This record gives sequence, C-alpha cells and structure tokens, in this order.
Amino acid sequence: MTSNTLLRWGLYGILILFALFYLMPLFVMLTTSLKSLEEIRTGSLLALPREITFAPWAEAWSTACAGTQCEGLRPFFWNSVLMAVPAVLLSTIVGALNGYVFAQWRFRGANLFFAAILFGCFIPFQVVLLPMAQMLGLMGLAGTIPGLIFVHVIYGLGFTTLFFRNYYVTIPQELVRAAKVDGAGFFRIFWSIFLPISLPIITVSVIWQFTQIWNDFLFGVSFSGPGSQPVTVALNNIVNSTTGVKAYNVDMAAAIIAALPTLLVYVVAGKYFIRGLTAGSVKG
Amino acid sequence: MEWLERNVPKFVLAPSFVAILVFVYGFIAWTAWISFTKSRLMPRYELDGIGQYERLFAAPRWDVAMNNLFIFGGLFIVISMVIGLMLAIFLDQKIRAEGVLRTVYLYPMALSLIVTGTAWKWILNPGLGIQAAVRSWGFENFTFDWLIRPEMAIYTIVLAAVWQASGFVMALFLAGLRSVDTEIIRAAQVDGIPTHRIYSAIIIPTMAPIFLSAFIVLAHLAIKAFDLVIALTNGGPGYATDLPATYMYAMAFSRGDLGQAASSAMIMMGVIFAIVVPYLYSELRPRRDQ
Repeated sequence: MTSNTLLRWGLYGILILFALFYLMPLFVMLTTSLKSLEEIRTGSLLALPREITFAPWAEAWSTACAGTQCEGLRPFFWNSVLMAVPAVLLSTIVGALNGYVFAQWRFRGANLFFAAILFGCFIPFQVVLLPMAQMLGLMGLAGTIPGLIFVHVIYGLGFTTLFFRNYYVTIPQELVRAAKVDGAGFFRIFWSIFLPISLPIITVSVIWQFTQIWNDFLFGVSFSGPGSQPVTVALNNIVNSTTGVKAYNVDMAAAIIAALPTLLVYVVAGKYFIRGLTAGSVKG
Repeated sequence: MEWLERNVPKFVLAPSFVAILVFVYGFIAWTAWISFTKSRLMPRYELDGIGQYERLFAAPRWDVAMNNLFIFGGLFIVISMVIGLMLAIFLDQKIRAEGVLRTVYLYPMALSLIVTGTAWKWILNPGLGIQAAVRSWGFENFTFDWLIRPEMAIYTIVLAAVWQASGFVMALFLAGLRSVDTEIIRAAQVDGIPTHRIYSAIIIPTMAPIFLSAFIVLAHLAIKAFDLVIALTNGGPGYATDLPATYMYAMAFSRGDLGQAASSAMIMMGVIFAIVVPYLYSELRPRRDQ
C-alpha cells in the first residue's frame, strides 16, 4: 500500500514538473515584459518583478521600431486581422462546399481529385514560393494584403475540404436521396440539411485556419510589402532591430501581444482546436 | 437545364480543381523545371541538365543544412514521441486535474513559432537567461551557452521544438489510449496481469496507427521547420543551424539564386514524398473499396 502511495506521489511529481516546463517560457515572457530594463540587468530571469511597469507594453504596441518604422506592433496587428478574417471565412466556405460534394455527390474521378487535394496539404511550401512570387507580381497583388489572403485561401483549401468531407461522410446518403425525390436541389439540400448541423465542424475549421494564418511567417515574410506585413513578421523585425539599446522587456511584450489572439482562441475553444489538430493526422 | 442541374457538384468543385492544378501541381512543375536550368537572379527556361543539383550537393552550406535536418529531425521526433507517450500514459491513471494539465501541456501548439523562438532566445541568452540565473544562485561555474556555440546551437532548436510539439503528441496518444477497448483491459486486470504489462503487451501494440500518424506529423513539421530557426538563431552562428528551409529561403530572397532555391526546394519535396506517399497510399486504399 505504501509503495503504491509513493508511486502516486511520483506520478504527480513528474506531471507537475512537466507542467512547469511548459509554463516556464510564458511565465518568463510575462514577468520580463513587466520589468524595467534596469531590473532585467540586475535581477534574475525567474524572479518576479519588484516593480511592475506597463511601459514596455505601451512601447511594444505603439512606438517600438521594426526596421526603420517606429510605430510598434499596432499597424501590423491590424494587417494580420485584415488578412486572417477574410482568408478564414473564404477558405471555410469553399472547404464546406467541396467537402459536401466529396462526401455526398460522388462522381467519377472524385476520389482521385480528393487524393490530389490531400497531397497538396503535405507539400513543403518552399516548392511553390518562387512561382507564387512571380504570379502575385503578374496579378498585381505582390506585397498586398489581398495577395496574402489569396495565398492563404489557396493553400488552406486542402485542410478545410478534408475537415468537412470527413464530417459529412458520416451522414447517411439516404437523406440526400430522399430530399432529391422531394425536389430539393444541390444548394437547397446543403442549406437546409447540412448547414444546420455543421456548427461543430465550422468551429474546427475556423479555429484551425485562424491559428494557421495568424501564426504564418513564411508566406508573410515572402509575399508582404512594407505596408502589409503581418504581425509575426513585424515581431521578428522588432526583436532583431539593431537600433538603440536592446529592450528585452519590449520584445517580450510584443511576443505576448502577437500570441494573444491564438492563445485566447485556445483557452476559449481548446476542445475544437484539438479536434482540428487531430483531424488532419488521424483517419476520419 | 437538367444537364446543368446534374453537373452542379462539378461546377462547385471546378474553381478548387483549377486552383489546385495550377497553384500546387503547376507550381511544382515550374519549380522542377527551373531546377534544371541556369536561372540566377531571373528565371531562365532553357534546360541545362543537373548542374544545379551538382552545385547544391557540392555546397558546404547545404551539407550543413541536410546534416542539421537529420540531427534535428531525428531528435525532435524521438524525444517528442517519448515525452508524449509518457505523459499520455501518466495522465491516463485517473489523475485529478487532468483537464488543467492537458491544457497546460498543449497550449504551446497554439503559439506562433516566431513567438516560441523569441521566448527561448531570451531564456537561452547566456548573459541574461538561465545561465545567469543559475550563476546568481551561487553556482558560479554553471554554463549553458548552447545558443552561441556553433556545434551546440542546433540542440536549442530541438529543445524549443520539443517544447512546442510534445504536448500535441501527448494529445494524440491519449486519444489513442482512450479508444482501446476497455473490456480487454478489464479482462487482463481480472487475470491479475500487472499494469505495465497491460500497457506494453496489449495497449501500445494496438496503437501502431497512432505512432505512424504522430511520426508523419512530426517529420512533416521537422522538414518544414523555418520560422523557429529564423526567430531563435537566424541560422547562426554563421550558418551552423541552417536547415533546408532556411537555405532555400536565403537562396531565393537574399542571394538571388533561383536555380539553387528551386533545386533545394525539390529535394525538400523529395524527402516529404518519401515519407508521406506510402502513408497517404495506405490511408486512402481502404476508402476505395467502401
């Protein structure tokens, strides 16, 4: 009995140790962002701030320099919002319709096309980076937010289609057949039978796409111009900005600001976030 | 009219079909073509054999990048799997506050790798981070300066990447553990088989598909790793922590060497092909005879 209790204690000990490991960077970011530079130089990384200051947050938001531009993260944060919202909505709508076709309106060659889409989820984006840069130039979208929206919709399609297809495939085909007999068409059936039951998978798709697009760096750094950089690119520029004294507290505040939207989504809707993560990797 | 009605599903798919055809497969073909030309700053379309690939494999920097991919990829996948499986098994022991712990383990996955890199760069900074903290506690000789040592810096990327992804592996394994038939486990318990034997002989073998999924996802993350390196080490010191993805980016956007960028991208794609195609094939096959 005692050895069993000891085992239990050990179990909890290890689990808590790992929890501390995962929490440590967040703790360090938060405490560092609330310290003055003076306190950072003299104090310890893991110490709580002796005197809490919000000045680094204000600086990170509105005056920190990213390269030569010293307007803080604010304009880039809004760039990310303007980019993510339409891209998430568009890719989810298109993915829902695609998934509906693949699950319920099979035709010859549909399986092959689905496999082709699925494979598109796995390509390393480096392989499309060069031609996409050329294409965006030809379309007049180089260095613009619409250009980034376009790119994110195209390369997000695979996953959203996969989500909806795997969700709708569980709905019996008799339902569609019966609705067809009653004279309902393609869109009518989607609108009045499939859409009303789709809330969970819409949530999964929206959260997945939002996290992906908000956190994207590769497309942002490759295809954005000075006025259209997303927040991740600006954060990296602020951190690597070499002008003036290195303001670690501002860097950390900026990092938290950039992370807040996706962190918030995770805290509020973690269940759906996990479903999105596993839907892509576990057979639906 | 009826023809139109019947073909609505195809019309709905058509834009995506064209998009995937052009922007995935067409673009791959374009990159492949360029990788066989003498393109430098601007794309050129006359084919010129495998010169770019010869240059690529002769480049010391690419050599470092590929070596790093194997070190980083190997360690990242193995450590994340070990930690993930261990945490999943431990959490499966009717732990109080399981929900809270799960949330804590998984939240890094919601963060941008740029944020992760920024945080770890600060923590690993020898002058002000962990090393300085431990020294201030009285261990004057404590050294933890991997970030600035060329031969060790790649391990800091492993550390940060494991921190980010191991909770996700835990979630995958935990879902797998929970889906094992409880009847079998109860029967084994009734027979007096010890818990560790139940895990090693009954539960873990039935989770083979989940090991495979986790491996595919992690390998995929490793090959695409780009943001984290940029934020944590920017490929340095020197190019000690270059990975294929950062090599490709440097060639494409700062060196203006499209031929090298294209050929390195094709190699990355080849590596992913080799891992993912057998997996996708086995995933899709049973669906076909449904």
